[in-house]
Amino acid sequence: MMIPHSNPPHHFFSNHEKKTSFLRLWSNQLLTTLCVLFSFFTLVPLFSLLYLLIHKGLPLLHFSVFTKLPPPPGLHGGGFGNAIIGTITMVGIATLLSAPVGILGAIYISEYAPHSSLTATVRFIAKLLTGIPSIICGAFAFALVVLHTGQFSALAGGAALSILMLPTILLTSEQALMGVPSSYRDASYGLGATPFQTIWRIVLPEALPAMMMGMMLAVARAAGETAPVLFTALFSQQWASSIMEPTASLSVLIYNFSALPYHYQVQMAWTASLVLVAMVTGTNILAQLLFRRKFQ
Amino acid sequence: MSAPAFIPKNRYRRRRDYFRCFCWIAAVIIILLLGLIIDEIFTKALPAIRHFGWHFLTSSEWRPNRDLYGVLPMLFGTAVSSFLALLLALPLGLAVALFLSENFLPRPLRQLMRMIVEMLAATPSVVYGLWGIFTLVPLVQHYGEIVVHHCGWIPFLHGPAYGNSLLTASLVLALMVLPTIAAISRASLVAIPETLREGAYALGATRWETITRVLLPYAAPGIVAASILAFGRAMGETMAVAMLIGNSQRLTLSIFSPSNTLSALLANQFSEAEGLQINALMYAAFILILLTLGTNIIGELVLRRTQRALGGGS
Repeated sequence: MMIPHSNPPHHFFSNHEKKTSFLRLWSNQLLTTLCVLFSFFTLVPLFSLLYLLIHKGLPLLHFSVFTKLPPPPGLHGGGFGNAIIGTITMVGIATLLSAPVGILGAIYISEYAPHSSLTATVRFIAKLLTGIPSIICGAFAFALVVLHTGQFSALAGGAALSILMLPTILLTSEQALMGVPSSYRDASYGLGATPFQTIWRIVLPEALPAMMMGMMLAVARAAGETAPVLFTALFSQQWASSIMEPTASLSVLIYNFSALPYHYQVQMAWTASLVLVAMVTGTNILAQLLFRRKFQ
Repeated sequence: MSAPAFIPKNRYRRRRDYFRCFCWIAAVIIILLLGLIIDEIFTKALPAIRHFGWHFLTSSEWRPNRDLYGVLPMLFGTAVSSFLALLLALPLGLAVALFLSENFLPRPLRQLMRMIVEMLAATPSVVYGLWGIFTLVPLVQHYGEIVVHHCGWIPFLHGPAYGNSLLTASLVLALMVLPTIAAISRASLVAIPETLREGAYALGATRWETITRVLLPYAAPGIVAASILAFGRAMGETMAVAMLIGNSQRLTLSIFSPSNTLSALLANQFSEAEGLQINALMYAAFILILLTLGTNIIGELVLRRTQRALGGGS
């Protein structure tokens, strides 16, 4: 380390007065206070949201809302059992469609060709896909499935959600695979294993917890989405009997009921919101609890 | 890059690795998917593109009963609501990012803050919309009237003030993009080499002199990228906006009047659309996809350059 010894450095911080000026310390304090205040200001909406969810959502939360059908506009009673089933069905379809592609794609870009130009392209496209508005996924599934089958269906809703989930699954799986130490692979190859054996028996088991966590985060996000299912699965007042018919979902129920002029339906929208937030947050927390230990 | 630099190639020369083929197909599907989305929406939009051409962008008539379609009000609404949201969310998001990366308060409190920001990000859009109907709409209505009464002569602030307005949508959008800004800004602040901070302190800088003159300039590209990506997200955000913006098909220049965005238009009209209206909506979707894709490409490129400059840290 060379230290110039001629003059003391004249830097823009150096102060020629003897002590640090009052103004500098004062503005320092002021900015710290402002920053903390601003940060806490972001808590206000969240607490307001949580308060309203509990205050307005809890009164109607009985066991029967999980088993009954939505009430027609203006009538009391009922629940949203079909909407919960619908949400779970569509997220399930979306997971079945997107998880294999996402995971295999992640294996290709992280294990088989980590430095190829195809990998760079896939990674970039996946990042762009995460930025595609969810309503576009809906419009795409509408064009691809609804217009061809001539019908709103859970399948179309699931297809729309799968486009939303795919990049998240790909990118988190890639992170998970990259978290596996390369010495494991080297050892496996050193023992004469083929690439397939190395991936299947060594890398995947090691990366599985983190991959599952990413998948559950994607599921949680998809469960809360409204725009992709709004005009692909539409809504239904009845129990669904197949995946090829209009299907209710919690998020669309909240959207529809919130616009109705009936107090009871709006209350039901709050109850559905409470259930939806509980489902989404529950999945998030469960993912962290189950799989975080092995990850990071 | 934890994969080995050397994969013994001769092994699968001898026996074809089918698993590798499957993986390759999956990777290619992801690339094709983006193209397929754009192509499918473009094809369905084509009749409307032929019929209306550029006039679609400059006309402010949206009358399904007469098959007249133009999206100028929605373009305006999309741009203004996203811009206002960014304007509101940037200072708050930056404050949160600094809060999370500096040691103003003890670690448990920062951990709590981080959890709360994650919860903000995880809350479904439709729940924000419901919350906005009950809290923001009366609030904007009430204070909007006061502002209009006193400062109605300022452009963009003239009355009458409505609860379901451009401003209401911007407020909820700001809340929704805040986690994006906070997370990316925090990542670029954390990636700054510790020596820079220590150097500034050693020269006698106070904490905030260090932040404003050393850390923020260094992290500036990352913060710019965060803003661009947040802007793209705000443009595509649908449900909360559709529930709060008032869905007016007319072009009005006040932030207190009902407006519309491209995404809210799609959400409101798709399920009941027929004939040319479907094509017109697909045209609107195509414009939205171009706008968000363009914004995201710029954002990702800026972010990539930032990360390269910081030596790959994020």
